Amino acid sequence: MLDFLARIGHIFILFLQAAGRLALFAIIAISHCVRPPFYPRLIGRQMIDMGYYSLPVVGLTAIFTGMVLALQAHTGFSVGAESAVATIVVLSVTRELGPVIAGLMVAGRIGAAIAAEIGTMRVTDQIDALSTLSTNPYKYLVVPRLIAGTITLPLLVFVADIIGVFGGFVVATYKLGYNPGGFLGQTWDTLKTDDVVSGLVKSAVFGFIVALMGCYYGYHSKGGAQGVGAATTYAVVSASIMILLFDYLLTALFFSS
Amino acid sequence: MSERVKIAVRGMKKSFGPKLVLDGIDLDVREGESLVVIGGSGTGKSVTVKCLMGLMEPDAGSVKIDGAETIGLGAGARFELMRKFGMLFQGAALFDSLPVWENVAFGLIQGRGMARRQAKAIALQKLGAVGLGPEVGELSPAELSGGMQKRVALARAIAAEPEIIIFDEPTTGLDPIMADVINELIVKITHELGVTAISITHDMASTRKIADHVAMIYKGRIIWSGAADTIDRSGNPYVEQFIHGRAEGPIQMEIRAL
Ligand SMILES: Nc1ncnc2c1ncn2[C@@H]1O[C@H](COP(=O)(O)OP(=O)(O)OP(=O)(O)O)[C@@H](O)[C@H]1O
Ligand SMILES: [Mg+2]
Repeated sequence: MLDFLARIGHIFILFLQAAGRLALFAIIAISHCVRPPFYPRLIGRQMIDMGYYSLPVVGLTAIFTGMVLALQAHTGFSVGAESAVATIVVLSVTRELGPVIAGLMVAGRIGAAIAAEIGTMRVTDQIDALSTLSTNPYKYLVVPRLIAGTITLPLLVFVADIIGVFGGFVVATYKLGYNPGGFLGQTWDTLKTDDVVSGLVKSAVFGFIVALMGCYYGYHSKGGAQGVGAATTYAVVSASIMILLFDYLLTALFFSS
Repeated sequence: MSERVKIAVRGMKKSFGPKLVLDGIDLDVREGESLVVIGGSGTGKSVTVKCLMGLMEPDAGSVKIDGAETIGLGAGARFELMRKFGMLFQGAALFDSLPVWENVAFGLIQGRGMARRQAKAIALQKLGAVGLGPEVGELSPAELSGGMQKRVALARAIAAEPEIIIFDEPTTGLDPIMADVINELIVKITHELGVTAISITHDMASTRKIADHVAMIYKGRIIWSGAADTIDRSGNPYVEQFIHGRAEGPIQMEIRAL
């Protein structure tokens, strides 16, 4: 029994240590975000990588999500369906599914790429080489990615929201035979700034999380190709879990009243 | 070469988990001197120089640079100190997202804030000094052979003209003629520019050419050090075995029969 408790205690301590290290890493990185030198060129390049090149994959997932929502809403609510379908599609997409699905896709695409790139730089001494060339690796590698992630994901989600609602609209009008004008009118009436803004704030947090986990695991990877592989996996898995966790926390915060 | 001690290392220790790699390194490097560190593979030469520069944190000991203790420096002071160093990493460690010339110019552009055009001119000149033409400057590091990468890394280490340069196996992977060109370059840098250099090598021909002083590391300690011209009369059986490359002697390789 005591042995068992000791084990649990040990795991708990390890967990706290890991959380502490991650928090410390985040604090150091954020403190470097506000002190010069800044690298706007690098931020720009990361934003293009994260945003522009993620558009196809995020757009595709968004359009299917919207389409499925319309279909599910139609079969699930047979009474007063016309208004319900539009309401469900627009609310689910802007508040919840847009940010979460884009966040998860970006975690897979960008979180993995960040961890792999920084991890490879770590195990081939490139990060040490940065230090010997009077360049702070936090500022040069971590900060641009954190800033780009935080700015880019909301932009991406904004586009995903539009595409998602459009997907719902297509299914509702062409497949289910609803009146296009009625659907759009209902969408417009339901749409509230608060919903969209809460979704965008969420996605800024998710973008930060994805970049942070990629940088953290990449920065601390060791042991050659295998270590980089492990770092990539940890980055994606932990970013995905944290996205879902923070999704709940932020939702509770925004809509508690 | 002056008598002033540039780098003084005392009792530096480092372990990785249970594995003791450095067991109390003592080392003095004088200003403008070219020190060569020799020793078997895996004896901790690379770890020694990384600890000395602060890229790794030693578990114990003291490292004084220009008389000031550097162990336990804060991040900002450590960063300033790094400006004194240039390093050629054993695995080259070129930035593969940048073209070759930008790798060489990196310390000038990022560290010194030099204009890109001017930095590029200097980078191409340094590339020339290691036998690489300007067309190489536009390639990406992945397009180069191992020996070419090494030379680019060397050009990068010297480009910002630091006070202390560390060369981790500068001639490994080069043909004998190019190795000699690099040796002469290192001699020139130390003797003409007064740079303090620490080189790690297994190559005795290179050692004889570039060293003012030689230190031999074995089992995490410096077991012999002395002026380069005394290495043949060291009277130390470990050194004798190493410089003559004999399998028999006090240094036992941990090898089992096939
Ligand atoms: N980051 C690390 N993590 C764990 N062990 C390490 C690490 N770096 C080095 N070592 C261990 O320290 C020992 C010394 O390594 P080091 O790279 O200094 O050897 P070396 O003398 O430079 O050898 P070589 O001549 O082959 O380059 C090795 O046994 C190695 O396994
Ligand atoms: Mg080595």
